[in-house]
Amino acid sequence: MTRSYYGQPVLKAPVWKWCVPAYFFTGGVAAGTTLLATGARLTGDGDLARRCRFAAFGATAVSAALLIEDLGRPARFLNMLRVAKPSSPMSVGSWVLAGFGGATTVAAAGEVVRLPATVMALAQGGAAVLAPVLGAYTAVLLADTAVPAWREAYRELPFVFTGSALASAAGLASLLGAGRPATRRAAAAGAALELVASRAMARRLGALAPQSRLATLATGATAAGAALSALRRTAPAGGALLLVGGVAKRFDVFRAGVASARDPAATIGPQRARVGGGVSPTAGGMGRQE
Amino acid sequence: MAERVGFFTDTSICIGCKACEVACKEWNQIPEDGFQFLGRSYDNTGQLGASTWRHVAFVEQPTGGGEQRWLMSSDVCKHCTSAACLNVCPTGALFRTEFGAVVVQQDICNGCGYCIPACPFGVIDQRKEDGRAWKCTLCYDRLRAGQAPACAQACPTQSIQFGPLDELRARAAARVDEVPGARLYGADPADGVQGMGAFFLLLDDPEVYGLPPDPVDATQHLRSMWAAAAGAATTMALAVAAAFLRRRR
Repeated sequence: MTRSYYGQPVLKAPVWKWCVPAYFFTGGVAAGTTLLATGARLTGDGDLARRCRFAAFGATAVSAALLIEDLGRPARFLNMLRVAKPSSPMSVGSWVLAGFGGATTVAAAGEVVRLPATVMALAQGGAAVLAPVLGAYTAVLLADTAVPAWREAYRELPFVFTGSALASAAGLASLLGAGRPATRRAAAAGAALELVASRAMARRLGALAPQSRLATLATGATAAGAALSALRRTAPAGGALLLVGGVAKRFDVFRAGVASARDPAATIGPQRARVGGGVSPTAGGMGRQE
Repeated sequence: MAERVGFFTDTSICIGCKACEVACKEWNQIPEDGFQFLGRSYDNTGQLGASTWRHVAFVEQPTGGGEQRWLMSSDVCKHCTSAACLNVCPTGALFRTEFGAVVVQQDICNGCGYCIPACPFGVIDQRKEDGRAWKCTLCYDRLRAGQAPACAQACPTQSIQFGPLDELRARAAARVDEVPGARLYGADPADGVQGMGAFFLLLDDPEVYGLPPDPVDATQHLRSMWAAAAGAATTMALAVAAAFLRRRR
């Protein structure tokens, strides 16, 4: 039994709009397609490399637009690069996205016009190094808050996000007609990582993140998408399902966090259990009982 | 840096007059945030927020035999030693003043909203029509002019006491022994926010007043979070490498 102040939430729920979970998806796609482009380039598959690079460029541009749109003062978006602050995952992420975006733009431009080999190597290498960071940091961004369903998930959440990023990127490659045995293997690996990590996260969170229809959709679409991705003929349909699963997963994680922030028991319960006690001589008063 | 100052709010002598709420609104020229009847005893303010920097809580508790007691407490930003809002702010808009208070620089805040879910007390919030995040400044302008914050100045019972934090902590340690059933909240520098610049003497558990029993600045565990993310990033890169390497067999 949790006591609270008239059942009112202790925390303020995040004011982030749909743009933020949408960015988690597009940022993940940008990260995944960049790694696929790198693998394709290194194994001499120029066609796959080019298509993945263009996809990464598009996803990065959409990501930046979504993040700016979500700001309370969009005109001040450049203030994100006013300081470099290791204690703020959003500051770290802003610099990673800025560096990644620059490298991806140059690398994509190099697929259209001839650029010096050194410039291309730097851009491709830089994007490849920053891509996994871009795919994973958003989990730290959510975990580094007071929101119970995000904070308690800090161990599994990065794996959910990078697995989903890889599955979505490989799914997009198939959908764009650039499916290869390698992208199908990447789809399977990403989907497996996402499903296993999601299961572990759900077990840890328990009642903090109850099963939702969105979660069922994410699991179903990802599992079915991975299965269909195994065969060449069904891989494009599988790719579409993986993208649906990836979007659903991000919105489900976001939704669960907002719901836990709005629930006073989710905040007070675990904290009360940590410090013990909590029985008042006047329990039963109008400080409402939950 | 000047001496660190703060608030000691002794709720045992709060009479619920809301002079602090009014003084804060007037001095800081905070916009009105709605006239609502909440039906929660005498509390029609509700909670701290972007346009409410002091909030007086009212709790009516039956004590048996038809008797009841009335808990009243004026809540405020805690100006944490380890302040989550300040730590996660990506623009540097939130900073620590020379008085040890945590303040938003409104000419820099771009309304990213990260400080809002970061605060373990639900203090800071976005002003919708404005887009930026707002909260108590510990009356930064008044402190610079050698004045006490408006709320403490207006409090008629000295329930809100303003002064050097060390002095306030010593005074609170003495006071808590005088009041039956009293406990201090936020006075311990070893807690999850390394002590609060605004701390309280309460007569019941913190959650009864709407306060979290064991608030933690999540940034203190950032190292473990990045370690998990590094593992996930490496796994992702290795998975792609494996997917492409098998092709060459």
